[in-house]
Amino acid sequence: MSIVKPLLVSMLLIASPALAASEADFKAAYAAAEAANKEAGSLRNQWTTTASTLAAAKKAADGGDFDTALARATEAEALAKASIYQATSEKERWKDMEIR
Amino acid sequence: MKPRFAIRLASAMFALSLVAMPVFTITARAADKIDPEADKKAFQKFFTEKFPKLKPEDFVNGPYSMNEDLHKQWEEKEQFPPYEFSLEAGKEMFSRPFKNGKSYADCFQNQGIGIRQNYPYFDEKDGKVITLELALNRCREANGEAPFSYVKDEMAALTAYMAFTSRGKPFDIKIPNDPRALEAYQKGKEYFYTRRGQLNFSCATCHVQSPGERIRAEVLAPALGILNAMPIYRSEWSGMGTTSRRFTTCNSQIRGVPLTPQDDEYRNLEYYLSYVSNGMPISGPGARP
Amino acid sequence: MASTIRVRAVAGAETTDVQSLIQHPMDSGFVKDVKGEFIPAHFIQELTFEHNGKPVFVADWGAAVSKDPYVKFAFKGGKKGDDLKISWIDNKGATDTTTAMIQ
Repeated sequence: MSIVKPLLVSMLLIASPALAASEADFKAAYAAAEAANKEAGSLRNQWTTTASTLAAAKKAADGGDFDTALARATEAEALAKASIYQATSEKERWKDMEIR
Repeated sequence: MKPRFAIRLASAMFALSLVAMPVFTITARAADKIDPEADKKAFQKFFTEKFPKLKPEDFVNGPYSMNEDLHKQWEEKEQFPPYEFSLEAGKEMFSRPFKNGKSYADCFQNQGIGIRQNYPYFDEKDGKVITLELALNRCREANGEAPFSYVKDEMAALTAYMAFTSRGKPFDIKIPNDPRALEAYQKGKEYFYTRRGQLNFSCATCHVQSPGERIRAEVLAPALGILNAMPIYRSEWSGMGTTSRRFTTCNSQIRGVPLTPQDDEYRNLEYYLSYVSNGMPISGPGARP
Repeated sequence: MASTIRVRAVAGAETTDVQSLIQHPMDSGFVKDVKGEFIPAHFIQELTFEHNGKPVFVADWGAAVSKDPYVKFAFKGGKKGDDLKISWIDNKGATDTTTAMIQ
C-alpha cells in the first residue's frame, strides 16, 4: 500500500494535524453507515437526518473532500445506530407512555 | 482526575440501571391481555377528566376546543369553510359513474352514504384492516379505474363528501373476536405510544402529554376524537389532506422517514385511534390551522 | 360553469356584514413544482364589491394573498333585498362576477 498519496494529501492540508482520510476509509465508513441505516429500515424506524447526512457524505466524496466525507459517514452511522437503539428499546418502553 | 472518575462512576451506574430495569419491567407486564374495551374506557376517562369543562363532542374539534381565541376564529370560518370547494368536487366525483357504467355506490353499503363512521373495519377474509381510502381505491381498481394518491386531491375530495354524509354520527368501529383483529388493534396502539424519529416523539408525546399546549405556534389537539374531522383543509397545506397525509407529515416533522401511505402500521394506527374514539361524532370534513 | 365567488351579506341596524370565499389558485410565482420549475404567477389583482352601483370595498391584491381567499368586512348602509355585485380580475386578464342579494 503506497504511503505517497496520503502523505501528499496531508501535506496539502494546511490546518490538519491528523492524517488525511483516504477514499478507502470513506468507502468503508459509508458502507457501514448504509448497512446500519438499512437495518433501521427493516425496523421501520429510519431518521430523515440519517438520510441527509449520508447524502452530504456522498456529495463531499464526489467532490474529493474525503475528510468531510468520512466525518459525515461516521456521523451517519452513529445516527443510524441510534435509530436502531430507539426502535429496539421502544419495543418495551412504549408501555411507559400508555394510558391505563 | 476527579471529573474523569465521576464520569466513570456515572457510566457504571447507568449501565447497571440498564441491566436492572428490563428484568423488572418484563416481569411486571408479562400478564398483559389485549382488552380494547378497557383501553377505550381508560382513554376517554383520561381526556374527559383532563378537560372537565368540555362536552364529549367538543373533543372532535381538536385545537379549537383547547383555546378560546382559536374557537372564535373557527366559528367564523365555519360559515364559509375552506373545505367547501373540495366537498363540492367530491360530491360530483362520487356520483359520476366509472367508464364501465358502475359507480362508487355499488361498492359500499347503503350506496356509500352515511357509512364513514364504520371505517376502518377488520376484513376477516383478507386478515387486515380496511380504511375508507383503501376501500375507495379497491373499488376503483375493481372497476377498471386507476387508483388515486392516498394523501390529497381526489381522495380527499371523495372522503370529504363521504364524511359529510356521516356528520354527527358516532364512530362505531368494531373489533371482531379474531386474534388477527386484536393483534392489528394492539399494533396500532403500540405504534401510537412508540417514540420515533430523531426528535424521539411518539404520537402520545404531543397528543396525550400536551394537548392544549403549544408546539411552536400551533396549539396541540387531544388524541381523543383526533380523526373525527378527517379529511381536513389545513391552512398550512393551503389544501386538503387525508389521514395518510397527516400521518406521513407528522413522521417527517419529528425527523422520522415516513412509511408509505396506507402501510400496515398506519392502518393499524387508524384502527386503534378510531376505536378508542367510539361514540364521538364524525365532524368531517374539517378545517385546521 | 359554477361561479368562483361565494358570498353572504346580512344587513344589520347600521351596517351590512359581508363574507366572501373566492376560488382562485393565487399563485405567487415564487413556488416551484415537483419538477423544480416555477409555477407562473396567477393571482387576483383587483376585487370590487359594489352596492347600488357604488364601490363599497375595493382590494388591490398581489402575490401575498393565499389560495382561495376569504374576505370579511362591513359597510354602512345597505338593506335587505338590495343587490351586492362582486367582481374580480386577475393578472392573466380573467374575470368573474356575481350578484348576491343582501339578507
